Amino acid sequence: MLQRDYTTSQLDVLEAEAIHIMREVAAEFERPCLLFSGGKDSIVMLRIAEKAFWPAPIPFPLMHVDTGHNFSEVIEFRDRRAAELGARLVVASVQDSIDAGRVVEETGRRASRNRLQTTTLLDAIEDNEFDAVFGGARRDEEKARAKERVFSFRDDFGQWDPKNQRPELWNLYNAKIRKGEHIRVFPLSNWTELDIWDYIRREGIEIPSIYYAHTRKVFERDGMLLADSEFVTRDEDEQLVEMTVRYRTVGDITCTGAVQSAAATVEEIIEEIAATRITERGATRADDRASEASMEDRKRMGYF
Amino acid sequence: MDILRFATAGSVDDGKSTLIGRLLFDSKAIFEDQLEAVERTSRDRGTEYTDLSLLTDGLRAEREQGITIDVAYRYFATPKRKFIIADTPGHIQYTRNMVTGASTADLAVVLIDARKGVLEQSRRHAFLTTLLRVPHLVLAVNKMDLVGYSQERFEEIREEFTAFASKLNAPDLTFIPISALHGDNVVSRSENMPWYNGSSLLHHLENVHIASDRNLVDVRFPVQYVIRPQKATDPAFHDYRGYAGQVAGGVLKPGDEIVHLPSGLTTRIASIDTFDGPVEEAFAPMSVTLRLEDDIDISRGDMICRPNNQPHVAQEVEAMVCWMTDASKLAPRTKLTIKHTTRTARALVRDLHYRLDVNTLHRDESATALGLNEIGRVSLRVTQPLFVDDYARNRLTGGFILVDEATNNTVAAGMIVEAR
Repeated sequence: MLQRDYTTSQLDVLEAEAIHIMREVAAEFERPCLLFSGGKDSIVMLRIAEKAFWPAPIPFPLMHVDTGHNFSEVIEFRDRRAAELGARLVVASVQDSIDAGRVVEETGRRASRNRLQTTTLLDAIEDNEFDAVFGGARRDEEKARAKERVFSFRDDFGQWDPKNQRPELWNLYNAKIRKGEHIRVFPLSNWTELDIWDYIRREGIEIPSIYYAHTRKVFERDGMLLADSEFVTRDEDEQLVEMTVRYRTVGDITCTGAVQSAAATVEEIIEEIAATRITERGATRADDRASEASMEDRKRMGYF
Repeated sequence: MDILRFATAGSVDDGKSTLIGRLLFDSKAIFEDQLEAVERTSRDRGTEYTDLSLLTDGLRAEREQGITIDVAYRYFATPKRKFIIADTPGHIQYTRNMVTGASTADLAVVLIDARKGVLEQSRRHAFLTTLLRVPHLVLAVNKMDLVGYSQERFEEIREEFTAFASKLNAPDLTFIPISALHGDNVVSRSENMPWYNGSSLLHHLENVHIASDRNLVDVRFPVQYVIRPQKATDPAFHDYRGYAGQVAGGVLKPGDEIVHLPSGLTTRIASIDTFDGPVEEAFAPMSVTLRLEDDIDISRGDMICRPNNQPHVAQEVEAMVCWMTDASKLAPRTKLTIKHTTRTARALVRDLHYRLDVNTLHRDESATALGLNEIGRVSLRVTQPLFVDDYARNRLTGGFILVDEATNNTVAAGMIVEAR
């Protein structure tokens, strides 16, 4: 008889699955890369990569698609973390895409570089000949993502075809592609926002300071609190207010909203999230509110 | 807190979306903004009630057609467990999606409409669940409110289904009378059915014992990746050579004697390493790195197991196969790529023994090919030996996928039978 109960905790199961996925990619692809934005999901993904190949260094470079409209705290964190790991960081710049005439900057008060990122991302994948690209997306984030595979096939235009996805069974992933095509790989598919925070707490992982409560000048637009920055034009009636806020997600500063919060530690953040009644993207991302299918549409074009 | 992965099968008509919506809502996994979006869309379409299927039907085409096309994964947690729902469409044209969702499930919930009783589709769902060896099956007899919460009706359905299930070699079987619409026996016990002494559905999901469903007897460690730091930051790791993988069965401990396949060479486990330090034992589903006492030439696709308990080394494989594409058919002489554990090889279909009617379980031995969503028994010849177990004994060393060599699509799921 077995002497003990071989129950495994949810974080251990999710971590083991993510490590398995990362090793599959390292074994089956020539040129993978890991999208690292300095956001919490990509930070967790990076820790998993560290674990999957230890004591060897992470066998692929990191890539950040940089809109130029960033939170400076996050960029500082990104560079420091990459340096600590001795990882190569590829920065693909939306500004470069604009300068090269690959995309045209949006104008008007709601101008955002969110959509422009797709071209920059796809160009960088092509230029670097990446054949597998790790992303930190989770299925609980958004309903189009709830149906996406862990190994998500992209054709040679970088497009996702939701109706023609490869079946995915057991822990067997199909890595077969032709030249010019690639696979987006989502090792955190089965994690929820709360799992991410539980893991950050358990592992004692450092995250950028803007995830914690801080004082910031913000203004309200469409029910969201946007940060005052040189990249956003305010209307006359959009008054700046100083508030204690934190960020639940980290993206482009022009479309990422803050939430009012006094949570100053990981424990307090976990308490806050466990009690919240609004999804993180609903609360903080203007980019997802455009239409019912806005995420699906952007993903079809090759978005993260 | 552990994880329970469960699959749900049924159509909108069975109240499946309502049931999932209720589980998510009562466990606070649905958020206000999601609910508002669903209410808005329901209103826009002139639906009188809040259509909770809009929560799970995420793709534009699904909303347009009002059907679930693909497997949707949903997440919720109670203080006892985290749950991953693989929500699969119930219609026969989506058999492949149900097979996909069931492949990783610990438990399956099959919905039956109490008014309609055991239908062809209920039998099909139960059969697929059994074929995929989902260890626990819950028959949720829904819409009990519409049959006056009748114990007699519930017992009738239970008897009819039990008789059918005995032919299937069905796993642990639980019947729960529910009303998803009114919440009877979903989260808490119903006062409308005092004759029912069992658990509510959620209570059952929270408490069903799954730790022993994993194979903890037959040591199986498919080698996934060899870790050899070329420029280790720490000189202590200069000669490090570790075999990384996810345990597929059994319990491994340092000092254990192991045999490497295909070489047949034996050695011992020197240590079981992880980033967080060495561990004293490893079992499924842990991802670890083994160091061995002797240098053996080991690469990805090889298998580590115990000398007195080895998988079958097979180049001829007998399997049940579910065909998953409409772009081609499976027939004798078809050549495909096979992926089994971490090993990839080429496979030739030697024979199609029969096609199984998933509704009647009738075996059609005159069948000459398998089309989309069809299931049959085949013989394959593989270019390299695979290290296999019966799927019934170990889902991870008994399952495989087949990939079309022209399109690179995954075209079939296979379950090994009579490994020898």
